[in-house]
Amino acid sequence: MAQRVAQVVVVAVTKPSLAKTNQQTGRFRWGLVFAGVLGICVPLMAAVLPENRADIMYHAYSGGGLEVNGPSVLARKSIGKSTSLWGNYYVDTITSATIDVVTSASEYIEERTEKSLGTDYLYDNTTLSLSYTNSVENDFNANAVNFGISQVMFGDLTTVTLGYAKGWDVITATGRPSLREEADRQKYKLGLSQVITKNLLMGLNFETITDEGFLNNPYREVRYLDGNGGYAKEFEEYPKTRTSHAVAMRALYYLPYRAAIRGEVRGYTDTWGINGNMAEIGYIHPTKQGLTYEISYRVYSQNNADFYSDLFNREAEFTYRARDKELSTYSTQTIGLGISYEFKKYGWGFIDKGSANIFYNRIQIDYENFRDLRVEGVTPGTEPFYSLSADVFRIFVSAWY
Amino acid sequence: MKFLLSMLVMMFILTGCSIKPWVEPYERANLADPIMSFSRDPVSSAYINHVFEAREGARGAEGGSGGGCGCN
Repeated sequence: MAQRVAQVVVVAVTKPSLAKTNQQTGRFRWGLVFAGVLGICVPLMAAVLPENRADIMYHAYSGGGLEVNGPSVLARKSIGKSTSLWGNYYVDTITSATIDVVTSASEYIEERTEKSLGTDYLYDNTTLSLSYTNSVENDFNANAVNFGISQVMFGDLTTVTLGYAKGWDVITATGRPSLREEADRQKYKLGLSQVITKNLLMGLNFETITDEGFLNNPYREVRYLDGNGGYAKEFEEYPKTRTSHAVAMRALYYLPYRAAIRGEVRGYTDTWGINGNMAEIGYIHPTKQGLTYEISYRVYSQNNADFYSDLFNREAEFTYRARDKELSTYSTQTIGLGISYEFKKYGWGFIDKGSANIFYNRIQIDYENFRDLRVEGVTPGTEPFYSLSADVFRIFVSAWY
Repeated sequence: MKFLLSMLVMMFILTGCSIKPWVEPYERANLADPIMSFSRDPVSSAYINHVFEAREGARGAEGGSGGGCGCN
């Protein structure tokens, strides 16, 4: 689904950053998360194709020296009674002055564009989904294919989904012309949605992901004691494989008045030694005037990867070394607020209804063994721990037709 | 052994097919409400999932499938 065409203005010699780590490693995931949400998100009970709708969204992330914003356009249309097609166009404009960047390079700006196409085919109570993602930027090229099958059964109260995705990445690095690496990724998904009562829905999802190849950020460095009271840096070195398992349980409950509460818990473990837990609760409150309010609270925590260290004792101390703060021990808290307004049909031609929406999230991340190297003049390893706050906006309009 | 296995599979299928829905179609009005969807706005849900994935070590099993009544 996703594609990145990178128009880069690099002001730096190198570009280690949160944006890089996350967006490179997250790129494949992003596409497939999207494909999963779109492709396998079939309605519970009698199988039907997803609704014809179009969305235009502006998104903005700001936090920890990283600014990412841009549009995302999604459109879906049925062809006949059994086929639905969708496409997504997504742009990130990134200005990065993260802690990684300011402590080892210079701020940079780049742009990436993602494009994707997918289709769903409905046959009786079975929905088949297929989508393709292509992602290109100046130093990263990714392709991915996502396949899903979904079956409604047991009196239309149960929906089982199976998914498989395969991704191929090519990684290069600005300033390191000899570096050209590859990584292959595979995802295996199993989902179950169940009507429990006339007011309660539950969902259970399992997902295993395997990565093989060059998995680290080609720009990021670790630091080690130099023997003279200071520290020096060298490039990170990650294992060539990673396998992760995640299980999530979700519930939606319809309250006695027209409102809903939702809850979710997720557990995670991987072969790098990271174990994470997430919990989220939300409340959705529509009004008779067409407004819908939403509030949510989310917590997440994890321990560090086995090969992570904020400060190694010497050069090449271990075969594998990382100082990526996303591989450290930390916790996050997120508050979410949202408001939507639904427009009924007012003779807008082929448009049945529309909505205008704004969502805001405030994310607080507190690292427990990742130190703030902007603080100088202290003994290495005694700098204060780093933390950041981020603001995330989603502003979008939707139309059903 | 194969026969026994086949019989078990047949039993499971036949039993499964005969399950009587404990929530009748006429009782699904609340479930049909758009607010009863794990992913009401895909473009928005996908983005926020991406934001969390990019900033957390954990990955997978995000988002949600199903929800709603499928009445459209």
